[in-house]
Amino acid sequence: MDVLALSRLQFAVTCMFHFIFVPLTLGLSVLVAWMETRYVRTGDELYLKMAKFWGKLFLINFALGVVTGITMEFQFGMNWAEFSKYVGDIFGAPLAIEATVAFFLESVFIGVWIFGWEKVSRKVHLMSIWIVAIATNVSGLVIILANGWMQHPVGYVIRNGRAEMTDFLAVLTNPYGLIKFGHQITSGYAVGAFFIMGVSAWHLLRKHDNPKFFRESFRIAAAFGLFATLAVAFVGDQSALEVVKTQPAKFAAMESVWETQKGAPMHLFMIPDSDGGHNHFETIAIPNMLSFLATHSFDGEVRGLKSIPPDERPPVLPVFISFRTMVAIGSYLILMALIGFLLSRKAGVLEKYPFFLKLMVFTIPLPYLANQLGWVVAEMGRQPWVVYGVLKTAQGVSKSITAGQVFGSLAGFTLLYGFLGVVDIYLLVKYAKAGPGSDRAAH
Amino acid sequence: MELQVIWFVLWAVLWAVYFMLDGFVLGAGMLQAVVGKTDAERRVVINTLGPVWDGNEVWLITAGGATFAAFPTTYALMFSYLYTALLLLLFSLIVRGVAFEFRGKLDGPGWKAGWDRAIQVTGFLPALLFGVAFGNIFEGLPMTVDGYQGTFFGLLNPYALLTGVLFVVLFLQHGALYLSVKTAGAMADRSAKTANALWPAVFFVAAGFLVYTPFATNLLGNFLSVPALFAAPLLAVLSLVAVRVFSAKGKPFHAFFASCATILLVVGTGVIGLFPNLIPSSIDPAASLTIYNSSSSQYTLRIMTVVAFIFVPIVIAYKIWVYRIFRERVTVEQVTGDPSAY
Repeated sequence: MDVLALSRLQFAVTCMFHFIFVPLTLGLSVLVAWMETRYVRTGDELYLKMAKFWGKLFLINFALGVVTGITMEFQFGMNWAEFSKYVGDIFGAPLAIEATVAFFLESVFIGVWIFGWEKVSRKVHLMSIWIVAIATNVSGLVIILANGWMQHPVGYVIRNGRAEMTDFLAVLTNPYGLIKFGHQITSGYAVGAFFIMGVSAWHLLRKHDNPKFFRESFRIAAAFGLFATLAVAFVGDQSALEVVKTQPAKFAAMESVWETQKGAPMHLFMIPDSDGGHNHFETIAIPNMLSFLATHSFDGEVRGLKSIPPDERPPVLPVFISFRTMVAIGSYLILMALIGFLLSRKAGVLEKYPFFLKLMVFTIPLPYLANQLGWVVAEMGRQPWVVYGVLKTAQGVSKSITAGQVFGSLAGFTLLYGFLGVVDIYLLVKYAKAGPGSDRAAH
Repeated sequence: MELQVIWFVLWAVLWAVYFMLDGFVLGAGMLQAVVGKTDAERRVVINTLGPVWDGNEVWLITAGGATFAAFPTTYALMFSYLYTALLLLLFSLIVRGVAFEFRGKLDGPGWKAGWDRAIQVTGFLPALLFGVAFGNIFEGLPMTVDGYQGTFFGLLNPYALLTGVLFVVLFLQHGALYLSVKTAGAMADRSAKTANALWPAVFFVAAGFLVYTPFATNLLGNFLSVPALFAAPLLAVLSLVAVRVFSAKGKPFHAFFASCATILLVVGTGVIGLFPNLIPSSIDPAASLTIYNSSSSQYTLRIMTVVAFIFVPIVIAYKIWVYRIFRERVTVEQVTGDPSAY
């Protein structure tokens, strides 16, 4: 493999690994802040225990999210120097703003939250977790606006041999980025909600594990999860409309559409043949459905891949499969969140459905998977461009590094991340199973 | 003032503050087993750092982000030219962060000893690597307009290694002084003694660095054309002497702040000499990366200036507030009685 292929693989590995931890951080920070709010408002110790227990899991997860994030910032320069030079005038700004505005807040106030239980008042302590939660969300917003610019570049001119920013406000209000952020943030909330529901379900199946605690945790998470999964789908639909407008090649790959047509049907099952330029097999057509999804009009025109030069088409099969799987998981999650929401309304009902609880335990990884697949669609679907229509991925890679160097770093990341990932998941499972009141388990 | 100059100053301030703040985290990490003789004492060391290390590390992220936003060409070339060195740095910072969080989470003695060792090694490596990197930047990198002509081992030249050693001993002393004000009783005494024992080493390495610099680099030029700038290295030496004086008088707080000043002034001395280069070329002056030929557009610099001037003071304000919240000394009794401590 050459520097380009290795660098792409390394970016995928480090980014996807980073993104195991980020969505849970997005979701749990808000949920833990909400639990602590309930405690401060009502004085009920149950909510204090909840904030501490879920907060501990939040921190185990948070640590890896933070440290693997540093890699992302360094990597643009290390492996993608030509990209960084070409678009740094625009792309660098959000990264610097993210650090200055959000990441500082998050990192300083997480310290107050962890170590400040006895040192600051209840209200200041509560404020610090809300600052962490809000700053985490703002971080996500700014980073996705940077990615949104790569997807749909706005507010720039090509000048002095590079892209230069001409309209900062346009970059900040880029609809592509804003919609994508909405889709991502709610997906993160869904990960947090299903994490809490799944762990709670595990404990509810063991009848002696503090049922009151986990019933209430489940109840809060289910309401949040139902809102989140519905919002993911709603914003996802908006997101698709935006993709159709700005990145027709990506949308065509997501749905494996080859011929441009009006009133396009949607096939529930099909197998794309990327090389042959058609689908091997299509069945169960829903008439006009694809046009409706793409344009919100049953007669709308959907552009096919054949209208796009072959060297500007993304790889169809992985984008298509990832998109379908993501949507299938998303639909399943809405259903599960709805059932969970209904069953957790009344105390004692959930425990009567052990099969549902078991299913919820095994559902924990699915929102994670959907998050990863969503990014596969977003990033592979943008190929061969790194900045859509402006710069190809192959033009962005560093010139001064060798394949040997990148092979070494990729091997290093794989080993280190593999080890840390195993340890982190082991600790998460251990502390999740230990339940609340096990504060002094180790040290 | 030109925006490029403002950003050069900001760039220097971000790095200097990062070294001042993470310097004591790295130093205390290296000294964890020297100051902490028992498991509980080693926990105390970690807990003196617990509330602040993450926020301190963000100065590095911000320095990186600011380099990207204000001087994208420098960011791109510096990070790709120093690929292997940065990779080692990244690995160290990753392991250090999780070591703080993971160490207390399981009970086995091998587990704790392993993460303790990790904390010590990942205190040492970044200190050395940052020093070597900055030593190379002061000397200039072997680059032409066609790109980088050097190798990883070429970075390990005598001057850069000396700078690396300087960073290591400066941070060791800084960490020892930090622990002398943040721990109590026998631990604080041990920390103060360690700082005292380190001082001659810091002094000789710093003196060697000052003498060697005019021979190995072109940093002297700016000082010769504006002699008033010699105030920076002079104050650096004075603050280092002040560390000794305050320590001898039994004023560890003052000594720690003098050490903060030393680090700021050492970095300041280097970047004053560097101006207007960000990375000079050691073989072809035309290939040097300056604040003018590698900067962002005026438009982007203006926006980033507004952001920095609003938010950096806010960051400094709440950071000071948080340091005040956690100003008390950390004791063994405290960490063993607090379930949320590391």
